[in-house]
Amino acid sequence: MTAPLLEFDGLRVSLGERPILRDVTLSVHAGEAVGLVGESGSGKSMTVKSVVRLLPGGSTVDGSVRFGGIDVGSLGPADLRRFRSRDVAMVFQDPRATVNPVRTIGDFLTEVLRDQGVGRAEATRRAAGSLAEVGVDDVRRRLSQRPYELSGGLLQRVVIAAALLTEPKLILADEPTTALDVTTQEEVVAILNEQRRQRSAALLFITHDLELAAAVCDRIAVMYAGEIVEILPADRLHDDARHPYTKALLGSRPGTVPPGERLRTVPGTPQSALTAPAGCVFADRCPVVESACRDLHPPMLSVGSGFAACHLLSEEVR
Amino acid sequence: MILFLGRKLAGLVATVAVASLVIFGALYLAPGDPAALLAGGHQPNPAALAEIRARYHLDDPFLLQYWHWLSGLLTGDPGDSMVLKEPVTSLIAARLPTTGLLVAYASLLILILGVASGIFAGVAGKAVDGVLTVTTTVLMAAPAFVAAILLIWVFATKLSWFPVYGSGTGFLDRIHHLTLPALALSGGYLAYVSRITRTEVRAELTSDHVAAARVRGLPRRHVLRRHVLRNAAPPILAVSGVTVAALFAGTAVAEQAFGVSGLGSLLVQSAARQDMVVVQAIALLLVAIFVLVNTLVDVLNAVLDPRLLRERS
Ligand SMILES: Nc1ncnc2c1ncn2[C@@H]1O[C@H](COP(=O)(O)OP(=O)(O)O)[C@@H](O)[C@H]1O
Ligand SMILES: [Mg+2]
Repeated sequence: MTAPLLEFDGLRVSLGERPILRDVTLSVHAGEAVGLVGESGSGKSMTVKSVVRLLPGGSTVDGSVRFGGIDVGSLGPADLRRFRSRDVAMVFQDPRATVNPVRTIGDFLTEVLRDQGVGRAEATRRAAGSLAEVGVDDVRRRLSQRPYELSGGLLQRVVIAAALLTEPKLILADEPTTALDVTTQEEVVAILNEQRRQRSAALLFITHDLELAAAVCDRIAVMYAGEIVEILPADRLHDDARHPYTKALLGSRPGTVPPGERLRTVPGTPQSALTAPAGCVFADRCPVVESACRDLHPPMLSVGSGFAACHLLSEEVR
Repeated sequence: MILFLGRKLAGLVATVAVASLVIFGALYLAPGDPAALLAGGHQPNPAALAEIRARYHLDDPFLLQYWHWLSGLLTGDPGDSMVLKEPVTSLIAARLPTTGLLVAYASLLILILGVASGIFAGVAGKAVDGVLTVTTTVLMAAPAFVAAILLIWVFATKLSWFPVYGSGTGFLDRIHHLTLPALALSGGYLAYVSRITRTEVRAELTSDHVAAARVRGLPRRHVLRRHVLRNAAPPILAVSGVTVAALFAGTAVAEQAFGVSGLGSLLVQSAARQDMVVVQAIALLLVAIFVLVNTLVDVLNAVLDPRLLRERS
């Protein structure tokens, strides 16, 4: 297998004394879509932000994030800018907050290209093309409109068009549909996935919706309290999930119980890296916890089609 | 946009109209008999008094007097000064250029130094920010007349860089004469604009859309200009507009302190002499300029951020 495009290698991030990410090891290959799932506060956003070095001030980083074999943390200002401009693109959760509210859609779409040295007319032509490809109609008029004149779904398509426009090798999408109307969520994700496939760009897709991740991605990584606890192929999710947390998440989806019955939830409250126990991060909420779980940190084990970090699996594996 | 402009214009006219009534009314109600003042002396003869009362329509009912005054204003003749016996128009015309120059000078200082130092404080580190915060606090706390005294003492008396008194003749000489008054006039406003600029720049710097622009690999300069400053501009402009508009009124203190012969000092002197006709005309002119500048700023802001057109309609 070729070297991964993106590699998190034992990534640890703390804010002052406070741990945010405890041990993130994950890779994304060229053209591959990886879903990063977990409850809110588990560190998904911090994980993607560490790729583009958008961590809050005062963060300390251990371990590394490598892109194309190069440690992102070692990039100087010019290289970092070049990397952000050409190699990756990011789609954020709320397009209203991330597109400058007073400038036009055309400005937003073309500014990176213009900075890369593309002429105005050519940049506008490409922006119009990209908008059309993500299913925006009346493209000419849209270019001169401002964000407040567009619906949330439409604006997120604009953001996706902008992300595709620079032909990045990797797209980071942080809950790109959470802020949208339920009816447009699926459409927007489908368009993002279809377009990035056509360009064979890799995708790191963050969501708390396991089913959505499974539908869009090749592999799923499950995150809990700043750690990745299980990684497995998306199509094996239902059959091969081994980690008690993944199982609990699978059991808490709507549709797993007959209509009218109470939906099961993952027992306990979501934890962050700060409040999680020293041993296995999930020990406090795990239905099958044993005494060793609280003290010993479980290693990532290769089980079946994927990997999981759970003490209970170590006997099976041996 | 047309609708917005129409609304703004209507608002402007209405404000000035109401202001004219208030100004005229306030001075009508003010104590003191203008006729006695006009006649001069302690025991004016009754015939002269009556003649004066008739000439200035002082015995007419309030609304009729107001109407006389207003129609005079609208036809470009606000009457003659009661004390100086000169047409108000020529009194104002003689002083308007000096005051205009002083205000323009102070406005430039406010906009350039205030906005620049605000941006600097917003972007630079803690040390610079701290120094600028202390400086602006002092400036904001110091009243214009205190600033004037200090400036005169240091730059005029001690260093003799600038003249102590007068308006000067010819452009460069005037600028030379108006430098200290402009500094005294602008100090507090400058600090205020600097503070607002700093706050707005800080807010934009931490906003999501600026982070998103950085993550797109845009150069720092571009992000600063097209995202941070571009978005901070409307509120800064709004505050600067009010400030500059208020400068006209502020000229009263600065012109008096530095013996500059302008509208502000004319207003103060006329008020002291109870020269109603002049006070009314200048007061209304100041209100009109204030409202006009604010309207212009509103329109400019709507061009910068078209959301404003929508929210108000
Ligand atoms: N700017 C920040 N300052 C301090 N703590 C933060 C900041 N952003 C996130 N965190 C903390 O980091 C942890 C992970 O957050 P995040 O990556 O946003 O989680 P997720 O995206 O999975 O919901 C949370 O406990 C959150 O409280
Ligand atoms: Mg998040």
